[in-house]
Amino acid sequence: MTSPGLDAVAAVAHRLLAPEDVITERARLRTYECDGLAHYRVTPGLVVVPADAEQLAAIVRACAEHGVPYVARGSGTGLSGGALPHAEGVLVVTSRMRAILAVRRDDQRAVVEPGVINLDVTRAATPEGYYYAPDPSSQQVCSIGGNLAENSGGAHCLKYGFTTNHVLAADLVTPQGETVPLGTGAPDAPGYDLLGAVVGSEGTLGVLTAATLKLVRLPEEVRTLLVGFETTDQAGAATSKIIAAGIIPAAIEMMDALAIEAAEAAVQCGYPDGAGAVLVIELDGAASEVEEEYAEVTRLCEEAGSFEQRLATDAADRAAIWRGRKSAFAAVGRISPDYIVQDGVIPRTALPEVLTAIRRVSEESGVRVANVFHAGDGNLHPLVLFDDAVEGAGDAAEEVSGAILDLCIEHGGSITGEHGVGADKAKYMPRMYSDDDLDTMQLVRCAFDPAGVSNPGKVFPTPRLCGEVPGRHKAPHPLQQAGLAEVF
Amino acid sequence: MTVTQAAESALGSACPVTPAGPGDAVDGTPAGLVARPASTDEVAEVMRAAAAHGLSVVPRGRGTKQTWGRPPSAADVVVDLAAMDAVLDHAAGDLIVETQAGARLEDVQAQVATAGQRLVVDDTVPGASMGGTLAAHTSGPQRMLVGTVRDLLIGVTVVRADGVVAHAGGRVVKNVAGYDLGKLLIGSYGTLGVVTEAVFRLHPVPEARRWVAVDVPDAVRAHEVVHRVVHAQVVPHAVEVETTDGGGFRVAVLLGGREAGVVQRCAATRELLGPTAADLDAEPDPTYPWAPGETGLKLTCLLSGVGELLGAAHGVGARVRGSAGTGVLYAALPPAPAADVAVAVERLRATCTLLGGSAVVVDAPAEVKQVVDVWGPVPGGDAGLDLMRRVKDRFDPEHRLAPGRFVGGI
Repeated sequence: MTSPGLDAVAAVAHRLLAPEDVITERARLRTYECDGLAHYRVTPGLVVVPADAEQLAAIVRACAEHGVPYVARGSGTGLSGGALPHAEGVLVVTSRMRAILAVRRDDQRAVVEPGVINLDVTRAATPEGYYYAPDPSSQQVCSIGGNLAENSGGAHCLKYGFTTNHVLAADLVTPQGETVPLGTGAPDAPGYDLLGAVVGSEGTLGVLTAATLKLVRLPEEVRTLLVGFETTDQAGAATSKIIAAGIIPAAIEMMDALAIEAAEAAVQCGYPDGAGAVLVIELDGAASEVEEEYAEVTRLCEEAGSFEQRLATDAADRAAIWRGRKSAFAAVGRISPDYIVQDGVIPRTALPEVLTAIRRVSEESGVRVANVFHAGDGNLHPLVLFDDAVEGAGDAAEEVSGAILDLCIEHGGSITGEHGVGADKAKYMPRMYSDDDLDTMQLVRCAFDPAGVSNPGKVFPTPRLCGEVPGRHKAPHPLQQAGLAEVF
Repeated sequence: MTVTQAAESALGSACPVTPAGPGDAVDGTPAGLVARPASTDEVAEVMRAAAAHGLSVVPRGRGTKQTWGRPPSAADVVVDLAAMDAVLDHAAGDLIVETQAGARLEDVQAQVATAGQRLVVDDTVPGASMGGTLAAHTSGPQRMLVGTVRDLLIGVTVVRADGVVAHAGGRVVKNVAGYDLGKLLIGSYGTLGVVTEAVFRLHPVPEARRWVAVDVPDAVRAHEVVHRVVHAQVVPHAVEVETTDGGGFRVAVLLGGREAGVVQRCAATRELLGPTAADLDAEPDPTYPWAPGETGLKLTCLLSGVGELLGAAHGVGARVRGSAGTGVLYAALPPAPAADVAVAVERLRATCTLLGGSAVVVDAPAEVKQVVDVWGPVPGGDAGLDLMRRVKDRFDPEHRLAPGRFVGGI
């Protein structure tokens, strides 16, 4: 699709970028039509792949000038459609911006471009004895820019926190195309914590480049333990006992029988035969501390009824245990042609109750649900299985998926723990937040992006115009000016 | 502005209201009335009444930090949250606590301690409320372990300048639904809204806690010792540095965890600190180092600059205490003519900026505040400040919330 605005942005792109970095042919545009949430597809109006932050800012400036919406995309692995393109807009792909600008051991910081792959930060820091803690399951392919946009979590955020806890500074390309450094390499920069607001805003407040990340010292000791239980209730009870004992493991992950079956079929991870649930528990830290905690964790698991415990004896062993867990989403493809990855959160103590309820929903609807989750912090990833070739199966799965979110909200939880709201869950936001809550979030949006050009249509269900701040900007609204919308 | 009779009666129908006394002045700015709401709804009604009558509002928790930041240009109404002092819910199994903004940190700690839990926030200003702790973003030694309230706040209720009540986040630790308004409110000095309730993540109280310390003669040595500890694998819960009477520094390291583990890690830490290292019998003072009449600063830098910053502080005659292991130090400049203090502040600010951080005058006598730039530049300079102003303009278009107390006159 073309428009005068889009043509104008394309002209700027052609002038500034290498020819191969400006994509206009329909067939090639279509390769960008979705992110990791493949059932939403929109062919972008234009794709640009800037080589550096300056080019990126110039493109955004052009978009702002011509009122053209844009969407930033890193590796396109997001699971909520956050990088779903805009048909009349520009998709700004950061995959050429992959420089690790600095690794400073003495400062415990790395400075990276947004296209840098998550795991590559750790790879660069490991020789110095450091690593980057947030580790989404897609860490071998997902980008830091996407992580920042989504405030990505991962298996180890139970102990170490999320992306937002590990970013000190970044350059923001505002929706006006201006580059504004947010934060400093040192903690607690004066002024409003704009970086804290932008991280996790899913690209709706601008595009972050050149991020300064916190590096964490590699632990002296890591122990990865695989524990088999007959039921998820037992595994849940073990989790509760561990937390109640004052232990915060680096990770506690749970998979149920169906998820185990899928993982076995896909990667032969060698999980215990006949297990109704497994826990992957990782303890890390000072060796003496891990030793103590390990003894207690194994005892508590036994008390909760575990029938098998296997401690990884070397790196290959540990990798095998994690392979089963980290490949779980993709592995489900082995046992079902299609599936929805859900991402809900509940208070951890509600786990047994919510799992029972999910089972009931599954039985009543006849839709199979495999469960994989971060048990330590109550972040569920139910995998709702279906066959799109069967008429109505997709809708039934969608319904089950929505029912699971309702369960999360009923139990005081959240509709997303780490995948983001994106295009997928905007409609659920009013179930979690009041109109006033959403209206207040819009104040932030309006401060950064009054014209609504940065990743429009994501996160919030009813995009509204910002209006003007009383007594301030008198010019007509840019969208109004462009004839695109009326102020209401 | 004088508060009219009509305004006073509108406020009075919301909650108890009394005329302000000299003790209610906010950093020298006299207040008109003090409103004492007991619920979020009452705060909302107060804010609507204030909005209707164009009154400026300064939120107050327990009033322990009224002289921090810039004096507000007006304080028609002080909204005092001391009556909102409840711990609303301590869900021990989920390791969270929900409190009202006026609850004292120490009271919250006492309550969650009954379940062997704690909020990992140091009581740096004794008697402070949860709301004040958020608004001023205070932190102490244990920021080394899990960060600050920024890393622990998971849900917030805020009343806007127009009286609208909004929530963000929730009651679960992991949650990326919607904008993280809590981040904007933390450290905003009451300029964006009145926080009335907050939910925090808790941690277990460790079985054992022990401090190990060493005295060193100068900043260079302090830097070496700090770096040996932070780059080792002993997982310190705090790495503090403090000016000693002899003009040198004490570096103190906190180890926490299982008893047997802590014993071994203390031994490993003593090795790192050197032959004169010793266990401390008493906890080091977690409060800020300045006394009334002195100028208190928060100085930050990249870790590689800790030694240089300590040297600079020593050079201007400042006493220092702070979390050297995270690059966050607090300094006290003794009473001196304001112009001299201003020179010292500028010198420290130049050093901090060079070292990747910043210098903020947290508290100071009025005559000092008149001649120093309390906040200093924000990241991004004018463009950064412009973005902050745009946020302020959206939340408080009439600039009635703690006007002038924050950066750039916000």
